[in-house]
Amino acid sequence: MDFRLTDEQRLLKDTLNRLIAEQYPFDRRRQYQSEKDGWSRAAWARLADLGILGVLLPERYGGAGGGPIEAMIIMSAFGRGLLLEPFFATVVLGGNLLTLGASEAQKVLLLPALASGKLLLGFAHTERHSRHDLANVATRARRDGLQWVLDGEKCVVLHGDVADKLLVSARSGGEDQYDEDGISLFLVDAEASGVSRRDYRTQDGLRAASVSLTDVHVSSDALIGTSDAAFPLIEEVAHHAIAAICAEMVGAMEEMQEQTVEYLKTRVQFGAPLSKFQVLQHRAVDMLMALEQARSMAMFATMMLGEKDLTERRRAMSAAKIQLGRSSRFVGQQAIQLHGGIGMTMDCKIGHYFKRTTMLDLQFGGADLHLQELAEMGGLISPGAPLPRMDRPIVGRSL
Amino acid sequence: MYLQLTPRELTFRDEVRAFLSSSVPRDIREKMLNDGRLSKEDIVRWQRILNVKGWAVPHWPVEWGGTNWTAVERYIFREEMQAFPAPPPLDFAVDMIGPVLIAHGSDEQKRQFLPRIANLDDWWCQGFSEPGAGSDLAALKTAARRDGDEYVLNGQKIWTTMAHYADWMFCLVRTARGEKKQNGISFLLVNMKSEGITVRPIITMEGDHEVNEVFFDDVRVPAANLVGEQDRGWDYAKFLLSNERATIARVGVSKARIRRIKELAASEYCMGRPMIENRRFREKLAAVEVELKALEMTQLRLVAGEEGNGRTGSSDATASLLKIKGAEIQQATTELLVELAGHFAMPFIDNESQELVGDCWNGPFVTPEWAARAAPTYFHWRKMSIYGGSDEIQRNVLARGIFGR
Ligand SMILES: Cc1cc2nc3c(=O)[nH]c(=O)nc-3n(C[C@H](O)[C@H](O)[C@H](O)COP(=O)(O)OP(=O)(O)OC[C@H]3O[C@@H](n4cnc5c(N)ncnc54)[C@H](O)[C@@H]3O)c2cc1C
Repeated sequence: MDFRLTDEQRLLKDTLNRLIAEQYPFDRRRQYQSEKDGWSRAAWARLADLGILGVLLPERYGGAGGGPIEAMIIMSAFGRGLLLEPFFATVVLGGNLLTLGASEAQKVLLLPALASGKLLLGFAHTERHSRHDLANVATRARRDGLQWVLDGEKCVVLHGDVADKLLVSARSGGEDQYDEDGISLFLVDAEASGVSRRDYRTQDGLRAASVSLTDVHVSSDALIGTSDAAFPLIEEVAHHAIAAICAEMVGAMEEMQEQTVEYLKTRVQFGAPLSKFQVLQHRAVDMLMALEQARSMAMFATMMLGEKDLTERRRAMSAAKIQLGRSSRFVGQQAIQLHGGIGMTMDCKIGHYFKRTTMLDLQFGGADLHLQELAEMGGLISPGAPLPRMDRPIVGRSL
Repeated sequence: MYLQLTPRELTFRDEVRAFLSSSVPRDIREKMLNDGRLSKEDIVRWQRILNVKGWAVPHWPVEWGGTNWTAVERYIFREEMQAFPAPPPLDFAVDMIGPVLIAHGSDEQKRQFLPRIANLDDWWCQGFSEPGAGSDLAALKTAARRDGDEYVLNGQKIWTTMAHYADWMFCLVRTARGEKKQNGISFLLVNMKSEGITVRPIITMEGDHEVNEVFFDDVRVPAANLVGEQDRGWDYAKFLLSNERATIARVGVSKARIRRIKELAASEYCMGRPMIENRRFREKLAAVEVELKALEMTQLRLVAGEEGNGRTGSSDATASLLKIKGAEIQQATTELLVELAGHFAMPFIDNESQELVGDCWNGPFVTPEWAARAAPTYFHWRKMSIYGGSDEIQRNVLARGIFGR
């Protein structure tokens, strides 16, 4: 067992932290936010030049062959810097979908462009009623000769506004809307006829889009993997997404914790710095504990990405999402509270971190949803005796 | 001991309900249901409807427009308004400065201001906090120097809620520097149109303009606008703050929000079933409802004048308890709303330009309106445990009640 980073990983971490501290201070972020896409193409190009966009991609397609640990390092650094750029959408979601699911020809065509920053991707999966039920797909895909025809609506496609290509999940078979079988994944040109996008800012200052697909024709080589069998791929990528989100939350929480401690040391009320009040000291300590628990679980999720046993991996991801959701809520709320009125303002960094972690908690299933799922799976620790089946009031099969 | 309302109180409650359903403008109620922002005009419009009915300031003495209702009736009235929901009165005017003027103002001040407060002819704001004086309110520095028949003000206030709407500010200023910083503070009424006042907006994290900084640069205030005696403002401020805390539990507001959540949860799906059928979600709601009922009972005990064992100490201490718990519960309901909205809480709607409003609501495709307001409401209500004396300060008050100084 070893929790240390290798020299190379440490170098990546230091490089990124330095880069972000120098080139991504908070006021610069505001400036980037007001650019056309809501983020900086120049910063994106720099990340590409430094090889960051390719770190996670296989070497033979222009990447550096990094794995979950590298992803964790990058995402935490981005969390600290509160980056706006579409790394998560393009590399973590899009890159993993292609790396794990695409054909050789598709990879050769797409991954080098991804690594060099030229190709932006969006994962169009979530629908009106799906929440984090990954199998709940109503968007239809039907064959029409050698082509596929897609119809449906996708919501909150992260950075879907700028994506050059969308990875669209659609139901090509299966028993009903909730069936894990019968889901296919397609690579759709964002400008294709029948695709319409409605873009907007999200609460945390990033971007997303609703995407509607009306009679969208794609050729058979747009299919990623085998038809009807995309669910395992989608789930695996969702697990990568969860680990990445957890890492980003850790970065954001570190900032909130440190800034709050600094603030308590400098803000004077009743003739003393706030840090002299024991209740506030204890609160800062509780924040630290929440952060450390979260950091541990983010590492757990990262290391469990390689777990072959699917049930174990599912449990780990739910457990991490629960801990991170709870910890980040506590740390965020306390950070605002301890800053007093200042913490409520747009000009104070704290609120932006708080908004970001709140939105991250909502993605790929909130803490409560995962708590429910983990409980259904019997929790993390196996009992001596077999567990009785839970009385499950949910999982209906009709809408 | 018995819990039921008396037949008289029930009749009264029905009368209030009937009045609300016939008189609250539909558009205003709709806005409130969706946690939309009320405009100044909305609040004034509603206050005037109340005033015509004679219910604008029910807790004031009859000679100034009060109703002579019992404490229970006043409670019922407030509760029904919150639960309907109808807009709350402008508390800075009706619940804060009004009672202070009635208790400590000059006859001239009462005649000049009270009827205008009841009709909301004047918009009031509260100028207490300063950059260096938040929780430690008595550390305030804004100075008022007496110059003949006037005071001359210099200094800065911060966090002044809706100062950009305000005609008047009630304000704490330093008129003397004594041994104790609580001495030497005076309570002044300042016309916001006076020369030398600058109001600068502060935008809160969810993107709204509600609070402001206010700067005083040689602002001249007639000495007749001093409330009570010079240098004794701290006493009036304490009186005012305990009134502020007492109305802050807002049980009815939380009830209304929970009712709304249940209604919405019938059409929001999770794992193929409406959220309202989700066991965990319902348990969480139920847990909040229990806390809320306990708070309501505590408030009722206070209202009905229980001959208690004095556990919570002075009414000041009870007010602190209501403030802490009320804030906790309201914040919890906003969190539940975000959970209910799920990924639909993510789209950002610009409140000023209403960027996404209009055709783009276009059904639930981008986001339903209530869901778009869920996160901003959650962010915004973090203020509840900060303003009006933070949670920590309220706990200090309660601790003093238990342990003494
Ligand atoms: C949205 C909003 C609207 C407001 N509207 C108004 C208004 O209209 N008029 C007005 O005058 N003011 C208003 N306020 C100001 C509000 O009353 C102050 O923010 C509040 O008193 C806290 O002061 P502060 O912000 O300076 O925080 P600080 O006093 O700096 O406190 C920071 C943190 O330290 C804690 N703390 C401070 N002292 C102690 C202690 N001794 N023991 C333990 N913990 C402590 C606090 O609880 C808080 O968590 C408003 C504030 C907000 C956020």
